[in-house]
Amino acid sequence: MCTSIVEVVRAEGMAKREDQWFPLTHSVVAYDHARHAQLGDVITLDFINTALEPGARAGIELTLEAARELRAALDRAIVAAEFEEAEVRGKGALPSLIRAA
Amino acid sequence: MSYYRGMTCENISIKGDRGTSITAYVAKPSGPGPFPGVVLVHHLPGWSEFYIETTRRFAHHGYLAICANLYERTGQGNPDDVAAKVRAEGGISDAQMLGDTEAAVKWMRAQPNHNGKVGIFGSCSGGRHAFIYACQKKDVDACVELWGGRVVMGKEELNEKTPVAPIDMTRGLCCPLLGLFGNDDRAPSPEQVNLHEAELKKHGKPHEFHRYDGAGHGFFYWHRPLYRPEQAMDGWSKVFAFFGRHLAK
Repeated sequence: MCTSIVEVVRAEGMAKREDQWFPLTHSVVAYDHARHAQLGDVITLDFINTALEPGARAGIELTLEAARELRAALDRAIVAAEFEEAEVRGKGALPSLIRAA
Repeated sequence: MSYYRGMTCENISIKGDRGTSITAYVAKPSGPGPFPGVVLVHHLPGWSEFYIETTRRFAHHGYLAICANLYERTGQGNPDDVAAKVRAEGGISDAQMLGDTEAAVKWMRAQPNHNGKVGIFGSCSGGRHAFIYACQKKDVDACVELWGGRVVMGKEELNEKTPVAPIDMTRGLCCPLLGLFGNDDRAPSPEQVNLHEAELKKHGKPHEFHRYDGAGHGFFYWHRPLYRPEQAMDGWSKVFAFFGRHLAK
């Protein structure tokens, strides 16, 4: 496959390369043939800082199945986090997410 | 001469698109020549080791060979990281690729032991780029396109960097085209390869397409699970036969 399936979103946070952490500007999600993993087509995640040199990158190649599991885990963690935010701070979450502890 | 030809390899600087200096890896076979030339257009994974090795492979077979780093403007470092950054930037523009590749062709034609013939070779996005180059410029004598993706593009895929679908450039193709494709590939799919070939026939363009069963995308890539040795070796024999026919003088 030689696809144009690429999603780029802004990112605030940090990523690690070797023993160094660097600030992020973007997360990139793509689907194309793997470049390192001994797999066929993969979901690639790149966490990068576009203002730094190309080596400022944390890259991951996942099978589609592993990516689905990651997405589900992210969804679960984010729902739980939004609940915590609502409980602790009393704001920042949809009313539907605020429930009795 | 011994059975195995020697060669000289080095990085050089060429004036690419808009006069920007970019690096190119060149491999020159030993001996007085004259030698035909091959310009390699690298793939989406960038100016990768596979392409550097392939540049040397052509020199081993008696071709002057050059592969320019089309991603150099994005930065220095591991080609894999550079390619990831290029992907985040939405890729390079077809126009910039044309300017950079033209500089590589000019370098080739300026070599004193060049025989005056230039082939262009690319795989994946490089196959698409090689085809675009052969349609837009008139200074190459043969084109090898390996599984070029996005030759066929929907209107919704066009943008500032890729404003015209390569298939719509077919009328301008200036030289014979060799295309190698895997029937298990989905980009380009066998249906897209058929559309590509139909357009070539419509315009009476000399070409030969070979479609391989049991192979998908990138079946020359010996370091990937995509590698298919039987189909790859047959494909290489077709590449050398094709360039041998069209680049000899």
